[in-house]
Amino acid sequence: MWTYIARRLAATVPVMGMVALVVFAILHLTPGDPAAIIAGDSATVAQLDQIRIHMGLDKPMYVQFFLWLVQLLHGDLGVSLISGVSVSGMIAGRVGPTLALSTTIIVFSVIVAVPLGVLAAWRQGTLVDRSVTAFSVLGFSVPVFVNGYLLILLFSVVLGWLPVQGYKPLSAGFWPFLQRLILPTLALSTAYIALIARITRTSVLEVMNEDYIRTARAKGLNECSVLIHHALRNASVPIITIIGLGIAQLISGVVVTESVFNLPGLGRLVVEAVLARDYPVIQGLILLFSFAYILINLLVDVLYTLVDPRIRY
Amino acid sequence: MSEDVERSIFALVDSSLETQVSVEPSRLVPLVHLRRTLGAPPVLMALALLAIIALIAIFAPLLATGNPIAIDPSARLQHASSAHWLGTDAFGRDMYTRIIYGSRISLLVGLGASLTSVVLGLLMGTIAGYFRLLDSLIMRIMDGVMAIPGILLAIALVTLSGASLLTVVVAITIPEIPRVVRLVRSVILGVRNEPYVEAAIALGTPLPALLLRHMVPNTVAPLIVQGTFVFASAMLTEAGMGFLGVGLPPEIPSWGNIMAEGRTYFQLMPGLILYAGVFLALTVLSINVLGDALRDALDPTLSRKL
Repeated sequence: MWTYIARRLAATVPVMGMVALVVFAILHLTPGDPAAIIAGDSATVAQLDQIRIHMGLDKPMYVQFFLWLVQLLHGDLGVSLISGVSVSGMIAGRVGPTLALSTTIIVFSVIVAVPLGVLAAWRQGTLVDRSVTAFSVLGFSVPVFVNGYLLILLFSVVLGWLPVQGYKPLSAGFWPFLQRLILPTLALSTAYIALIARITRTSVLEVMNEDYIRTARAKGLNECSVLIHHALRNASVPIITIIGLGIAQLISGVVVTESVFNLPGLGRLVVEAVLARDYPVIQGLILLFSFAYILINLLVDVLYTLVDPRIRY
Repeated sequence: MSEDVERSIFALVDSSLETQVSVEPSRLVPLVHLRRTLGAPPVLMALALLAIIALIAIFAPLLATGNPIAIDPSARLQHASSAHWLGTDAFGRDMYTRIIYGSRISLLVGLGASLTSVVLGLLMGTIAGYFRLLDSLIMRIMDGVMAIPGILLAIALVTLSGASLLTVVVAITIPEIPRVVRLVRSVILGVRNEPYVEAAIALGTPLPALLLRHMVPNTVAPLIVQGTFVFASAMLTEAGMGFLGVGLPPEIPSWGNIMAEGRTYFQLMPGLILYAGVFLALTVLSINVLGDALRDALDPTLSRKL
């Protein structure tokens, strides 16, 4: 088990290296001179040269990549061109809302979607099943910002139950904190509920015809116990996989959702950095999100052993 | 984890997620099955909706009641009327006309991204699947691209290379390519050891003919399915980027840009966001329904599972 985790951890190193290479290539090989973008329109040629030397842009590409990699390995993501603050410091300051929103979305989606999927599989072909299936196609298709604005319109503008936008940290009290997360969570959860419910339904359906389900029923277990302990347990591997993949996709959704609801998280930071053309911040955030994705995938693989003892490494 | 378990999990997950991985070569599908799957009422409705939206896009100049970018300061933020069927935006531009023209942009982005990703993915996937030496190199690059969240990669690419229709399509296409490559590679790997491929090799079939005539045709069915999902996902990404203000240049009336401009006046006139949003959601929904149906029709083994 531990050797497996160590081996998998080691296997993530080349992928992370590849991500770093891709990010580096994007920033250095796309048309457009970074020095010119940083210097602005009014810069003279001498100023441009100065910036190039300062940023090491005059060195050969592979030297630049190597120097940047060494810097990264020291945990140094560089310094914002706009504010002069370190990128890691900026990330630390903005990570709160993003973590809070991601957590509520995952918890809420799983709580809603897994029972929905099991229910649909259990009552296959009925109205319940068809509604869940229809919802799972619909949930994929409505963009999160359309969802979000519909929710704002209903709950904030018409009913006036919840604040329109904004964020309060947990230190400001639990209810003010949660209150501002409800709508963003609902808006973005729709897609995940659709995704997870669909996979849950499919994988539970797959095991429902197995002999052990018939045995469990034959020995007089109630349906609830059959569904949870025998069907769901055996169907859990693909469900966990999809939840893991969902977290990875969550990042893209969070960027948009934070803008809709004006949450000052990493998603807003991405948009601000892009609009300001703040290179090191864009670069740092892409790396952070990609590494998070790789580590989540690793975590999911390790989780398999816990839920399904048949899987041995 | 054993290879088998892993493969079956990913086949299941991918097929339901967005991708359809069919390791087995596709077989001739009985026409009856195809007709039954594609003839289901929801699928027919989706096809009809798509046909309507395509017609709207093609005949936009005839259907529109004016110029999508003509500014009229005397008619700002008007509600729906006989002169402006869906009202006007903050610049006095006719919303109905803008949304009609917006369908052109959205469909163009979807079509461009799906065709490009399928062509490039087919090329790279075939190379990776057949030439073992290049396989790990290509797949490691794909792993790297896949780990980067798609919308972030697209936003970074557009920011750096300047916003235009071309750069947006390219930027949306690149994150979609790895999935297509994986799909094509798995099909090619799957048919490599089929007797008919071995027979073709034994007969001395030249490599281009071997690949084009015997191996690549197997990828057509899954690629059609994958292409529809890329189409839908590209339209959503374009709208998301436009909405964030980092997509197409603001003067292009794409659905994403229309919604982005509606944000300021949303509480006053929700229609500025919602009308375009409804069009986008309906189009994406129809494409997804069609994609699901095509997958079921082209791969009967999978449809029994789903």
